Amino acid sequence: MEKLTEVEGRAYPFGMKNVDTDIVIPAHWLKTISRAGLGKGAFEVLRKEPGNVFDDPEYAGSPILIAGDNFGCGSSREHAAWALADLGIKVVIAPSFSDIFSGNAFKNGILTVVLPQDAIDRLMEVAKSDPIHIDLEHQTVTTRFQDRFQFEIDPFRKHCLLGGLDEIGLTLGNKGEIDRFEDKLAVEKPWLVPTVA
Amino acid sequence: MVKPSTLYEKIWDAHVIERRPDGTCLIYIDRHLVHEVTSPQAFEGLRLAGRKVRRPDLTLAVPDHNLPTTPRRDATGHRIPIADPESAQQLAALERNAPEFGVRLFGDTDPQQGIVHVVGPEQGFTLPGATLVCGDSHTSSHGALGALAFGIGTSEVEHVLATQTLLLKQSKTMEVRIDGELGFGVTPKDVALAICARIGTAGGTGYVMEYRGSVFRDMSIEGRLTVANMSIEAGARSGLFAPDEKTFAYLKGRPMAPTGAAWDAAIAWWKTLKTDEGAVFDKVVVIDAADIVPNVTWGTSPEDVVAVTGVVPDPESFADASKRAAAQKSLDYMGLTPGQRMQDVPVEHIFIGSCTNSRIEDLRAAAALLKGRHIASGIKQAMVVPGSGLVKLQAEAEGLDRVFKEAGFEWREPGCSACLGMNPDKVPAGERCASTSNRNFMGRQGPGSRTHLVSPVMAAAAAVTGRLTDVRELLDKKVGAVA
Ligand code: SF4
Repeated sequence: MEKLTEVEGRAYPFGMKNVDTDIVIPAHWLKTISRAGLGKGAFEVLRKEPGNVFDDPEYAGSPILIAGDNFGCGSSREHAAWALADLGIKVVIAPSFSDIFSGNAFKNGILTVVLPQDAIDRLMEVAKSDPIHIDLEHQTVTTRFQDRFQFEIDPFRKHCLLGGLDEIGLTLGNKGEIDRFEDKLAVEKPWLVPTVA
Repeated sequence: MVKPSTLYEKIWDAHVIERRPDGTCLIYIDRHLVHEVTSPQAFEGLRLAGRKVRRPDLTLAVPDHNLPTTPRRDATGHRIPIADPESAQQLAALERNAPEFGVRLFGDTDPQQGIVHVVGPEQGFTLPGATLVCGDSHTSSHGALGALAFGIGTSEVEHVLATQTLLLKQSKTMEVRIDGELGFGVTPKDVALAICARIGTAGGTGYVMEYRGSVFRDMSIEGRLTVANMSIEAGARSGLFAPDEKTFAYLKGRPMAPTGAAWDAAIAWWKTLKTDEGAVFDKVVVIDAADIVPNVTWGTSPEDVVAVTGVVPDPESFADASKRAAAQKSLDYMGLTPGQRMQDVPVEHIFIGSCTNSRIEDLRAAAALLKGRHIASGIKQAMVVPGSGLVKLQAEAEGLDRVFKEAGFEWREPGCSACLGMNPDKVPAGERCASTSNRNFMGRQGPGSRTHLVSPVMAAAAAVTGRLTDVRELLDKKVGAVA
C-alpha cells in the first residue's frame, strides 16, 4: 500500500448527504474481476447529469472528495472504496461516515476525515477555486487562507496509513508466530492436511 | 478445576495464535473454500503485492454462483462457453488464478464440482473442530459437522490466502435447544424456518449458535447441514453441531478425510468437542419440537414465516410501526392480501436446489412424493438442481432423475442456479416460486421475483397441486412414501 503522509490538491466539492454505496458504485459493477477500472463506474448515475462535479474539467484528477453526512451507508461492498481509489481519491472529508465504509476505505489506503458541518461548508467554498492541504502526521486540514481544522483519527489507522502498511503486511509481521503455530499443528494434528485423492 | 466451556470456546481456543490487549485475536484458519465471485480481486491483490498463497493445500476452489445449469459440454464433448460475458470472465479468472497460485480446482465439468457448501462436506474437506471460511455468508453450513465456519469479505479472503489467519474478536454464544420429536411431514427446513421466525433475522447477530437437544441429535447430517446453513438467516455468522458418531460415520472414507492412524487420532480429538456440563451460554432459546409444523414464508425476509395451514398476516397486527411498514411493503411486493389462506396461493415456479436443500436426502424425499404424480398445469417451470455432480450421479444411479423428469421437472447441472439472480436461472418479475433456497429477499431470484421458502417435500407438493400445499395431505394418501 502507498504511504499517505500529506495530500495537497483540488477537491471535488460534492457535499451530498446519505450517499450510499450504490450511488458510489451501482450493483452491476460487482461482476468485475478487478479492483482497477471501477473509477469508470464511480457515481455513474450522478454523472449522467450535465454539470456534475465529477466530469467538470476544473476538478479532474482531484485527490480529495468533500461529502455530506453519513457517507458510504448501505451495502458493505468493498467496491465502493475500490472505485474511489481508482478515481484517484486519497482522502474523503465528511461530517460522518458509515463504519463499514470507513473500514473498507482504510483497508484500501484511503483516509476518511471527519469534520464538523461548518468546517465542511467552508472547505466546500475553498474547493471551488483553490487546493486543500491534508497533513496526516499533524492531523490537520488547511487552506492558503489560514483555515486550519484539526481532526481525530484512530492511532492504529494513522500508523498504518503513514507507513503504507496494509493489514496483510501487518499480519505477515507475525510470521514467526504463525510458523510456530503451524509447526505445532503438524505435530499435534497431522491429519489436518487434506488427503489428496 | 478447569472452567467448563462451550464447544465454540473450545474450537476458538484451539486456534488462537496471538491474543491482543483489545481482545482481538489472530486466529488460524484450517480450511478455505474459494469460489469465482468473491475471489478475483483477492488473487489480484496478491499478484500486485507479489504475495503467494500460504497454504494452497488447505484451500479448495470451486465455481458455483455464475454457472448456467444447462449442459456444459456439447454432443461431441466440447465445453459450451458461458454466454454472459461477465460470468464467463469470473469463471475464467478462477480457472487462471487457481493453478497460478497452486490451489486445487474442481472445474465446471468435473463431477466433483458443485455448490461450495455441498462440496466441502461431501469431499471430507470440512472437518469437525476446524476453522473454515469462504467468501460467502452461507459458509455457516459447515457447522453441521462441528466446524467453526463463517463467511468473509473479499479483503479477508485475500488475508486468509496470504497468511492463513484472520483477525477476529470472539463472539457471544447462544444455545438453540429443541427437544422432543418432529411431527409427521416436518423437516429440518421447517426447523430452520421456525428458528428464524422465533428469533428474527437479527436475533443471532454477534452470536455463534450451538444447536442442542434431541431433535438435532436425531437429525441426519444432511438435515443438520440445512439447519446450520440458515444460521446466517437468523443473524448468526456460525452455527455449530457437536460432532458425534453420525458425523464420524458420514466423514469416514470421504476423499479428503483422514485415513488409517490419522483417522483414529482425529477421532480422539473430535470426541472431546462438546460443550461441557455446566458451561454457560450468553443466551438460550428453547423451542418445543411439537410446536414446529410444515412452514412457508409469506414475505421478503426469512423471518416472515407462517404455518402452511395459516393465513397471510395483517400488517396491522405487528406491534411496532417499522415492522408494520415493512410487512405492508412485503405484501405489496409479494402480491398478497392479509387473511388470504397460504394454501390458496398459486405458484408458477418450483425450485429444488441451493446449498440449503440440494443433497441426496432432499432429492430422495422430493422424488418419493413425486413418484407417479405430475406437476400441475399452472406450473411454468419446475427445476431440480443437484448440489454437486456427485449428488447428481448418485441420484441418477437411484433413478431419481427419471422420477423427476416423468413428473415434469427439469433435471439440471449442479450450481447455485435460481437461488440468486446471477446466472441464467431466474424467476420472472411478478411470478411466484416455491423454493427450497434460503433467502426470499426482494429480487433475490431475479428482478421482481416472488419467493416462498419451503422444504423439498413442500416444494414437490406445490408442484403437484400448483399452489402452496400442506405436504401432509399428500403424504396421508401415500403413507410411508417419505421417510
Ligand atoms: S446456493 Fe444460494 S445461498 Fe448457497 S452459496 Fe449459492 S447463491 Fe449462496
